[in-house]
Amino acid sequence: MKRSIHHPFLSIEALSYEIDGQPILSDITFEVETGERVAVLGPSGSGKSTLIRMINRLDEPTSGQVKIEGEDYAAIPPGLLRRRLGMVMQQPFLFPGTVAHNLCFGPQSHGEQLSKDEIQEILAGVDLSGFENRDISKLSGGEAQRVNLARTLANKPEALLLDEPTSALDEAARAEVEATILSVITNHKVTCILVTHDPAQARRLADRVLLLEGGRLVADGPVSEVLNAG
Amino acid sequence: MLGRWIDNQVWLGAAQAGMTMIAALLVVWLTGRLKLGLIKDILIALGRGVAQIVLVGFLLTVIFSANLWIAIPVIAIMIVTASVMTIKRIKNIPNALKISLLGITAGSGLVIAVMTFLGVIEQDLTSIIPIGSMMVYGAMNTNALMMERFRSEVGSHVGQIEAGLALGASPEHVIQPYARRAVASAMTPNINGLRSLGIVWIPGAMAGMVLAGENPAYAGFYQFVVSGSIFVTAGITVIISIALLRKQVFSKAEQLLLRTEAEN
Repeated sequence: MKRSIHHPFLSIEALSYEIDGQPILSDITFEVETGERVAVLGPSGSGKSTLIRMINRLDEPTSGQVKIEGEDYAAIPPGLLRRRLGMVMQQPFLFPGTVAHNLCFGPQSHGEQLSKDEIQEILAGVDLSGFENRDISKLSGGEAQRVNLARTLANKPEALLLDEPTSALDEAARAEVEATILSVITNHKVTCILVTHDPAQARRLADRVLLLEGGRLVADGPVSEVLNAG
Repeated sequence: MLGRWIDNQVWLGAAQAGMTMIAALLVVWLTGRLKLGLIKDILIALGRGVAQIVLVGFLLTVIFSANLWIAIPVIAIMIVTASVMTIKRIKNIPNALKISLLGITAGSGLVIAVMTFLGVIEQDLTSIIPIGSMMVYGAMNTNALMMERFRSEVGSHVGQIEAGLALGASPEHVIQPYARRAVASAMTPNINGLRSLGIVWIPGAMAGMVLAGENPAYAGFYQFVVSGSIFVTAGITVIISIALLRKQVFSKAEQLLLRTEAEN
């Protein structure tokens, strides 16, 4: 009788990262199941952005392993891996041109074209209906960050890696972008790893918290448990 | 006036250089009065300039009497020196020396060989070496400009480049606009040089030929041969260099390697 082996969506084993012998991340181990919403919380310099960059393979771990559904991520072509794990950076870094041009960038880079309907649908999902022909220079900070999110969603990722997506925004724009993120992860039922330094944001957007301090994972559990323990 | 008093050509040249040096020292004195803090630099530059060019002059009199094939090691030494001088200006680019060496060799080596074979450059050491040196010099400057600009473009667009990678695009795709800009910017002085040829300035080769009593119309055509060849050399050099360079800035796992240096 065949037994199916369960693999978590993301599995990180003894991950470490050093720069010039200085440890940035030390011996990080955790798993994320499909559909989970996990917040990586920690003070500035705790290594949380490095961790999310490493999951997206923008940086290479010094040691340890990252597996996606049981497969070593080093065996997955980097472009494909990054489309599966869509990353939203702290700064939007939009490409010059229109909003539609930015949305089409990811699919086009692997030979797919987005139809007008698909562009409109993605934009509607981030509350930017009618923005497709808007030049990116005419966007507010909050709008630009929502285009950043939409651009990532255009790749139809299996998981979202959000690196402090609201920390560069003012209070009004932060609330606006956070509401969009919440609606996207709820509607798409997408696995989500959110890096934040804000415990309140972790409470609002995540079910589980990984607490990093000095590059080490010091707590891992449900939001209420980890945050109330502090 | 000096020519009336001195018969020997080398001594005449020395006297003419001496007069120029006096004029240059006058400028040194003036900069001293203006407290520009440049006296030491100017004196070193003048000393090096006169020593190097006179030494090369004497060396060339020996080389010109040798076999035509001596052009190959002479040009090779120029190419290696040009590549080393390029990387002194470029920092934080892996394999910069190898890239410069390949780019400048392919650009200048190819153009000098083809032009000499076709007889566009006379098959004579007195033509190959000076014209070859101009091409190597042109290739060196264009290559250094391109590499500097490329590094600065990458450094100031780390976010966009990584955003492109994070969206699953290939390194070739994300680096393309910055590579194009670097090449275009490095080629601009060459293009401007061709555009202003003869109107704003009469370059060295033509000026030398006219001074030596050649027909100015022929000197004009020949100047275009030199300037056009320098342009072709520079173009081939940067096209090869950028093709090699764009591969150096990413790891095998398609990660931007210049990121840390650029942020520092």
